[in-house]
Amino acid sequence: MRATRSWSRTLFLHPRLGLLLLLGPPLVWLGVVYLGSLLALVVQSFFHLDGFTGQVVRQVSLDTYRELFTASNLDIALRTAGMAAVVTLAAAVVAFPLAYYMARYARGTKKAVLTLAVLMPLWSSYLVRVYSWKLILAKEGVVSWLFERLHATAILESVLNLPLVGGPSLSVSAIGTFLAFLYVWLPYMILPIQAALERVPSSLLEASGDLGARPATTFRRVTLPLAFPGVVAGSIFTFSLTLGDFIIPGTLGNSSLFIGQAVLAHQGTAGNVPLAAAFTLIPMTIMGAYLAVAKRLGAFDAL
Amino acid sequence: MGASQPVPAVRFIDVRRHFGDVKAVDGVTLDIADGEFFSMLGPSGSGKTTCLRLIAGFERPTSGTLELHGIPAAGLPPYERDVNTVFQDYALFPHMTVAENVAYGLTVRKVPRPERERRVAEVLDLVRLPDVGRRRPAALSGGQRQRVALARALVNRPRVLLLDEPLGALDLKLRRQMQTELKAIQQQVGITFVYVTHDQEEALAMSDRLGVFAQGRLEQVGTPVEVYENPATPFVADFVGLSNSVEGEAARAMTGSASPFTLRPEKLRLLGIDAPAEGTRVVDGLVVDAVYLGMHTKYVVEIAGGGTLTVMETHRDASTRAAVGTQVRLGWRPEHERPTGRLS
Repeated sequence: MRATRSWSRTLFLHPRLGLLLLLGPPLVWLGVVYLGSLLALVVQSFFHLDGFTGQVVRQVSLDTYRELFTASNLDIALRTAGMAAVVTLAAAVVAFPLAYYMARYARGTKKAVLTLAVLMPLWSSYLVRVYSWKLILAKEGVVSWLFERLHATAILESVLNLPLVGGPSLSVSAIGTFLAFLYVWLPYMILPIQAALERVPSSLLEASGDLGARPATTFRRVTLPLAFPGVVAGSIFTFSLTLGDFIIPGTLGNSSLFIGQAVLAHQGTAGNVPLAAAFTLIPMTIMGAYLAVAKRLGAFDAL
Repeated sequence: MGASQPVPAVRFIDVRRHFGDVKAVDGVTLDIADGEFFSMLGPSGSGKTTCLRLIAGFERPTSGTLELHGIPAAGLPPYERDVNTVFQDYALFPHMTVAENVAYGLTVRKVPRPERERRVAEVLDLVRLPDVGRRRPAALSGGQRQRVALARALVNRPRVLLLDEPLGALDLKLRRQMQTELKAIQQQVGITFVYVTHDQEEALAMSDRLGVFAQGRLEQVGTPVEVYENPATPFVADFVGLSNSVEGEAARAMTGSASPFTLRPEKLRLLGIDAPAEGTRVVDGLVVDAVYLGMHTKYVVEIAGGGTLTVMETHRDASTRAAVGTQVRLGWRPEHERPTGRLS
């Protein structure tokens, strides 16, 4: 009793001590564990692998970056960034109406059910969901079956025959990779948009209509700009998660690599840790540039 | 309506708006004349704001007819009504500058830029905010935001301006100042103002006419003097200003008859216990409470017959202050008694 009282008194008399106790652990975690390993990554990327001995040469050079900027590696980076961009765009388009409905119209039970429906997939293992998509999209899977029953196999075939995105079946095509990415990251887009829309007072939308704006104009000039920070927040999730993932393209894609797979291969079997490190810097650079553009567009003004 | 009579700006004909079991507006019939400053006065939940939202088009009547300048408004969405609203929370767009906010109605109606800029500058002058156009609403004080909201509505030159407790968030002094300004602006621009408030002093001070709302119905419509001096119901007597409602034994003790009436506290005079009753009625009582309010003192006096009366005594004669527990005589002129048919 007495001990606790003197403790609270100490904290009362030294507010900075309390602050230190509160902020210390997270700062150590973020500062040492996260930033430290990030720094280690950057340093590693300036080492290089001796092709003859297979040993990492701990000398600063740009050899690894020279290797990174070869055509095949740039191809991997472009493919990944392209996929991340398409997934993000599609997620925003699919998520917005649902988030809008959840924020503006759904009340009570309906809202709880919808929130649960969005969140529930996150409770089950990511791997289970990815493998279910493999079953759904496989040649003998439910999607093929459905097209067959609708006598529309020709449509599926013509889609699969498309260059770049097609393949022998949906489960081994870029379309399949895209569908699985869109599915697993969708909640991360819905929730921030919903949160942003919840914060828009309905009187602003009424005021816009009152001042003569038709619903479409209100959406373009008021709703969308005010929800934009939520869209950007969501896109940061979907974009960066897609950039770093190696399981979905490995499970559902064709054999062309994504950045995550390249990192996995280089730091694992190939033992080329410097190149793996250099690869991980690509998503970080892209995200940095993306955030800078978003900031210039005013995405964070309303925060 | 005769041919010679002007068409009212707003006409409610037995309008109802029910939300499930809640009868927010329950049979309102009302004409608001063109160019009039009309206040809707009532406690919260009395239906006054719903009436305003019906005029704006944010709500649609469950039944009844609403006409704007003689045209039924049933099929008109808000963006097709020649009506603008000043919202209680101002509803300024946070992502736009003040000038963009004010210009919004003109922008969406595709008014050419030179005219738009001229009208925005004009209206910002009118509300005495010429230098804040480039700022964001968040950088303004409450009073300034209120003016911007007013400017944003006025710039469209609507035929009817709706104001939903626009001064509710301001401090008392600023509120008094804005009341005067609003009234002056209304006279200058000459458009119909429909003003929702729960502040009876505000309604009395600004309105040409006012309507008192209670439980979704209109209790009384009239000029401020009519409503204050001749309240139609005990509710109006009590809500607009303070009032003593007297009935039963207390009424008999005061007038000799049991018929109920209301009497304004400022019409009662506090007299010495042996004061003569010349031309006035009197009743004796005991002071049970005395609250000093600066300009006047509020006494609560227990009278014979069981009731209590509230008395407002101005401090013109500082010597008349009576302490709690003093026996006093109250005097008033019979013509200030307002007989009331139905007591709630």
